[in-house]
Formats: sequence, structure tokens, C-alpha cells
Amino acid sequence: MAAQLLEASVRRADGLAIIDLRGDIDGTTEETLNAAYAEAASTRPAAIALNFGGVEYINSTGIALIVGVLAQARKAKLPISTFGLSEHYKEIFQITRLSDFMHIYANEADAVGKTSNAKAQRD
Amino acid sequence: MATLLRSVRTESGKTRQEAGEPQATSAPVAERPGKTTMITAMDIAPNDPLAAYFCSTPSVVEIEKLHLDSPALTALRQSGVKLIVPLVAQGELIGLLNLGPRMSEQEFTSEDRGLLNNLAVQAAPAVRVAQLVYQQQLEVQERERIEQELRVAHLIQQTLLPKELPALEGWRVAAYYQPARAVGGDFYDFVYLSDGRLGLVVGDVTDKGVPAALVMATTRSILRAAAQRMDSPSPVLEHTNDMLCPDIPSNMFVTCLYAILDPRTGLLRYANAGHDLPYRRTSTGVEEMRATGMPLGLMPGMTYEEREVTLGPDDSILFYSDGLVEAHNAQKEMFGFPRLRRLMGNHPGGEAMIDYLLDHLKGFTGPDWEQEDDTTLVVLQRMPPAPPPSERGRGAGVGVLADFSLPSEPGNEREAVRRVVAAVGDRLPAARLEKLKTAVAEAAMNAIEHGNKNQPDVPVDIQVTTRDESLIVRITDRGGLPVPEPTPPDLEAKLAGRQSPRGWGLFLIEKMVDEMRVSGDAVHHTLELIMHLKGEEHGRATA
Repeated sequence: MAAQLLEASVRRADGLAIIDLRGDIDGTTEETLNAAYAEAASTRPAAIALNFGGVEYINSTGIALIVGVLAQARKAKLPISTFGLSEHYKEIFQITRLSDFMHIYANEADAVGKTSNAKAQRD
Repeated sequence: MATLLRSVRTESGKTRQEAGEPQATSAPVAERPGKTTMITAMDIAPNDPLAAYFCSTPSVVEIEKLHLDSPALTALRQSGVKLIVPLVAQGELIGLLNLGPRMSEQEFTSEDRGLLNNLAVQAAPAVRVAQLVYQQQLEVQERERIEQELRVAHLIQQTLLPKELPALEGWRVAAYYQPARAVGGDFYDFVYLSDGRLGLVVGDVTDKGVPAALVMATTRSILRAAAQRMDSPSPVLEHTNDMLCPDIPSNMFVTCLYAILDPRTGLLRYANAGHDLPYRRTSTGVEEMRATGMPLGLMPGMTYEEREVTLGPDDSILFYSDGLVEAHNAQKEMFGFPRLRRLMGNHPGGEAMIDYLLDHLKGFTGPDWEQEDDTTLVVLQRMPPAPPPSERGRGAGVGVLADFSLPSEPGNEREAVRRVVAAVGDRLPAARLEKLKTAVAEAAMNAIEHGNKNQPDVPVDIQVTTRDESLIVRITDRGGLPVPEPTPPDLEAKLAGRQSPRGWGLFLIEKMVDEMRVSGDAVHHTLELIMHLKGEEHGRATA
């Protein structure tokens, strides 16, 4: 179980800023995760989605970092959602109640679709 | 004028008077035309008044003018000495230049005496330096001799200790041996008997260094030969004792325990020649394995009580030397048998028990401890029978699947997970294995970071066992109890900044496993993660 350093990149899909995460989310990833969030937030998206499709390991420190990102998004009144979580981490998001504050979509299409619909309704 | 200087001996840090040694004096060579007499060098006794006289009056003197009740003076007179030039350095008489009559048969002039005084003032420190250099050389040689002897003793022991541990199906044997700097006489040995049985020997020779190593080598050879010819431990020790007695130095003896294991039945027969009693650890507790007998080499014709015990699955026996139990801490307290017994009761046994005991020894003695005696530990463990393939995953049987230690370095939780997963195999369905992985990673992280404070030389012990249809992972650190009760994480409080975003570890562990137990003592903290193997329906609902 070798450590895989987190890589994060930001892209836009309609009004959604998607942060693609690849690697492990643990104590070593704070800078990467926060930089990616800052980059995503700077594009003034309607919402941000975290893509966990490339993530195989999240530990409790990683959970704390995600809480930190969520706190920043809530402060900026930016809705935040996720997709690509494995069943195991979906369960952890439920146990920790992260899923109460960041919707878990099954895939990117669902995340983008819901965000577009919400934006259309607001517009 | 010619003078012989005898080498002068002193002890480091002492004057010769303090050291109680006689003072050496240079011997004269009386020179006359056609006749040369060489006088043997002589010593001046520390209490001879001549020594005190020259210390207080360090100048050239004609012997006839001295009126002292001094044996040295008498001897010098008889040797034909006319003039004495004391060599005094830093208030200490280090020698005499003794002159016979002049070749011209004239008296020594005041000019001669002045010259000799000047010579003495310059020669004395030079002679002193030469003495010190010589003394230092002797000390270096002595140290080198001792070091060489230690190397030889160490080599003898290392050469004779087993190179490999016995590999017996259903058994695990582990050994640890650490000689003290002075190299004591500890030894252990395994004797492979022709009928598949295994002989185990643990012993300790009194004394240290090469003599102890040689007696150890002799004992080992005699015992090995006897073990092949004799069927049970008692006669082997009796024979070894009788063979040793005639040749062993009178101030030495050997404590020795000899046991014979039948790996098929678990029967262990043993006899003990005054060695520390082994301890047997079972699921119900720890017991001494007592058998009486005198140490080897004290007197011939001794008999040795023979006892036997049958080891059940998961039982462990610890054989050890007094280097462990007689270790002292800075307060001069002894590690002691009660502590050893209690520690064994706190540990599940097996190979990891060696590290566990050594950690406690280290904790007891402190970091600056100089090991007083050799330390030897040998653990014999009967492994539980492996469950048949058809029953794997259903929790049948009792057994140790893995038992290892990791340095407390950040990131090693991943290695812990990797090894636990390898040990668990297919005993858990994939989803439950993921939960266990998360729990193990979090528990190992806590042990490394909080329990052991990221100190690489402090290990995290991990044991994976199956028992009573459950899979148990024990993760032990050196943080001890009590552990502060963590604040239950509250996400809303965290998002609002009223609580640290961290603090999820223990919460996650509890949610991931079917049961979590905490145990330990003042030194150790163990988290026990339990997953039921009966099937998903018995698992804890975690949603």
C-alpha cells in the first residue's frame, strides 16, 4: 500500500468547477487541496464538485482537510458536491455527515446536470 | 662517570609512596683505571628516610656527609657511591644519579657539583616524561590485551551460537542474544535429535570473558554429544555435570536448562541445573516450570529432577538468562521475576513477546544503561492448527495470522495495513476488509503519532489472530494508559470553527469495526479491533 501523492487539477463544466483529484488524501495533501479549491473558487463558478474518481485512500487527516474545504465553500456560499467516491468512502462520508453538506453524485454527468438545472432555475 | 638508570614504576595518579612501591634509584658504575664495576639497580623503600631527605633537599650531596638510618644509604655506600644527584620533578623523587670516585682520584669540586645540579634540574623532568610515556604505553598495551580478549570471547560465543532457528511445522522458535561489553557466559543451543524431537539448551557460565567462553564451549560440546546418546534430559545433565567437574576451574560453574520437545505431541520434558525457571504462558495465565538440580560443575554425582509439560495451541514458553531479570535501573531496583511474569501475562505470547520484553527492559533501565550481563531470550510457541481451506473465512480455529512490529515513523500505517491485509487473506468479504483497512490505518497512525510520539526506535506491535469466530487485530504502542477521552466529532461545530477540523480517528475506528477494546498498563496501550467472521449479517450496521 504505497503512498500516492495527491494531484489536483481544476476544469469547468458549464457553471460547475470540477476539481479532479488523483492520489491519496492524507496529511501531506493540505497545500494541494487548498490550492485547487482556491483556483476553482477564483473562476466564480455556480458550484464546485470534487471528483474522487482517482482517489483510493482517504484517512482521518484527509477527512479534516475536506472539512476545511467545505468550511471555506460554505463561507463563500459556494455549493459543493462530490462524485466518483467508492462505496467505502461514500459510507465514511455518511458516517461523518459530510454527505449532509456536500451532495454525493454517482458520476460527473449527474453532478453537472443537477448544477445546470439549479442554475437555470435561478436564472 | 657513567650511570645506569633503572626503570621507575608508578601507578597512575599516585606517587610511588602512595602506591606502596619502592623507589628505584640509578645504580652507579664506579670507574677506576683498569677496573669497572657495574652495580645492580636498587630500589628505595617508600619509608626509607633517604627518600624524604632528597624530597626536602633536592641537591647534590656527598654520601659521607649523610647521616641517616637508611638501608638504601648503606647499600649505596657499600656499592662505592661517593656522590648522589637526586632527580626530583614536581616534588617527587624519581631517581638518583649515583657517582663513584673520580677517575683522577681527586675530590669532586664545587664546579662539578654545580654542573651536576644543573644536569639534575634538566634531566629530572625529561626522565619523568619518559616514565609517563612508558607507563602510558603499558596501559595502552593492557587495554589492547583486554579488548583482544573480549574479541576472542565474543568470537567464541558467536561461533557456537546457532546460526539458524529450528523450523518445525506447527511451532515457532525465536531467540535473542545480546552480550554485555565484558561478554558473559550465556549460551543457547538447539539439538536436532534423530527421531524428530528437538533439544533446547539455555545456559549461563559464571565469570566473563575468555574463561567463561571456553567453559561454555566445553559444556555445549559435552551436552550435545550426550543429547544424541541419551533419551531424556535428566541423564544428559547428569553426564554433562560429571564430565565437567574434573576440569572446570574451581571458581566457575554453569547453570543450564535442557528440554526435549516432541513437536508431534507438544510434550516437553525438561531438567534444570540451577538455571532461571522458564515461564509457560497459556490462555489462563503464566506459570513457572520448576525442576530442581544443582548447577553443573560444582560436584560430581548430582541427579536432576525431570518434569514434563504438554504445550497446547498458542502456548508459549520463555527461556531466559539472568541478564534480563537481574538488570538494575538507576535507583538500583532489579527488573525481577514478578515483573517478568506480569509482563508475560499481558502479552499474547509468541515471537513478538521478545521485543515486548526488551522494550520494557529498556523502559525500566533508562537510556543510559550499560548492560550488566549477557541477555538471552528464547521463545518456543506452539502455533494453532491451520483451519482447513473449507473453513477459512468462517472463523474456525484459533491462531496467530501475523505478529510484527513497525518503527514509529509517519506513513508506516500503510505498511501496517498492507501486512494486515496479507494476513487476513480472504477471511473477510471485500467491503468489510475495506473497513478493517481504514480502522487499522487510523489505529496505527494514532499509535505512531500519539502513543509513540513519532519516535522511530519505539515500535508499534501488531498482531492479527483469529479466535472464537472473530478476527482480532491488536495494535500496541508505548503511550500507556490512561488515554485522554477524545471529544466526539461534531461536523457542524467544525464547519463553524468551534471545533478543530481534526479528531476523526477514533470515531472512524469505532464505526468501522464490530467491536473495539482498549487495554494496557502504565507503559502500553493496546487497541483491539474485532471483526466477526460469521458473515455480514453479524456485522455491525454502520450506515
